[in-house]
Amino acid sequence: MKANVREVQGISIVDLKGKITIGSGDVQLREIINGLVEKGKKNILINMQEVTTIDSSGIGELVGCYTSVTNKGGKLKLLHLPPKINDVLTVTQLITVFDVYESEPEALATYAA
Amino acid sequence: MSKTTPSNDAGPIRMSISSRFENIELAQHLCGKLLEGREVSEETKHWLLMALREALANAIKHGNRQDLSKRIHLEMDVVGQNLQISIRDEGEGFDPGAVEDPLAPENRLKTSGRGIFYMKTFMDDVRFRKLEGSGMEIILTKNLSAGKEKEGNRT
Repeated sequence: MKANVREVQGISIVDLKGKITIGSGDVQLREIINGLVEKGKKNILINMQEVTTIDSSGIGELVGCYTSVTNKGGKLKLLHLPPKINDVLTVTQLITVFDVYESEPEALATYAA
Repeated sequence: MSKTTPSNDAGPIRMSISSRFENIELAQHLCGKLLEGREVSEETKHWLLMALREALANAIKHGNRQDLSKRIHLEMDVVGQNLQISIRDEGEGFDPGAVEDPLAPENRLKTSGRGIFYMKTFMDDVRFRKLEGSGMEIILTKNLSAGKEKEGNRT
């Protein structure tokens, strides 16, 4: 997995690319999000557009990241969820946990609310 | 160029892999090869390969506990319209009935415990068998012709 973090309007946008699977990307995702939280970055938007594969470990890490950001009083949201990842979140009823957006400006605007 | 027609008497793929997560994709690749030339929708193929990934990850992580001295034994075959996959580890085994429901509200935000649920969701049949001595076998079955997709309640 490759990740790029950019700051837009005070929001940390994490662009992910590739696989978030066991032994390949799952721990990396946790480290990236924890690193942001430790720096005081509590508003995080994960761009999933170029994520090709996710498994239960990757989903578990996403949930763990959501919980740790939320517990710090922050907001972790998802952007551009590919259809099959949407399905994977849907069957485990996690799609209702995450705020998911199709447009970056729209997603960014929700952090001000 | 004509499409390859698989031989009905093509034997099963049998392999033994070390307990490394990197080997999951090798097994997925071979499963894909087994399905080549058969009329299997991309949707069906995608989800059964995900179930295979989950079963192998489970065997490597929870079964063999990533012990490189222990192997994962994999057998894949198409019997009639069904893809059958058997995965055996050399671990201590577990009670599948004791696995918690990941949809229960108290488990919804747990960071683990979804692998078996995904296998059951994306395959037609999932069976566990504790082996004599040591190890656990999981048998996954998917009807390749049914076009049965259980990928969620997308609207």
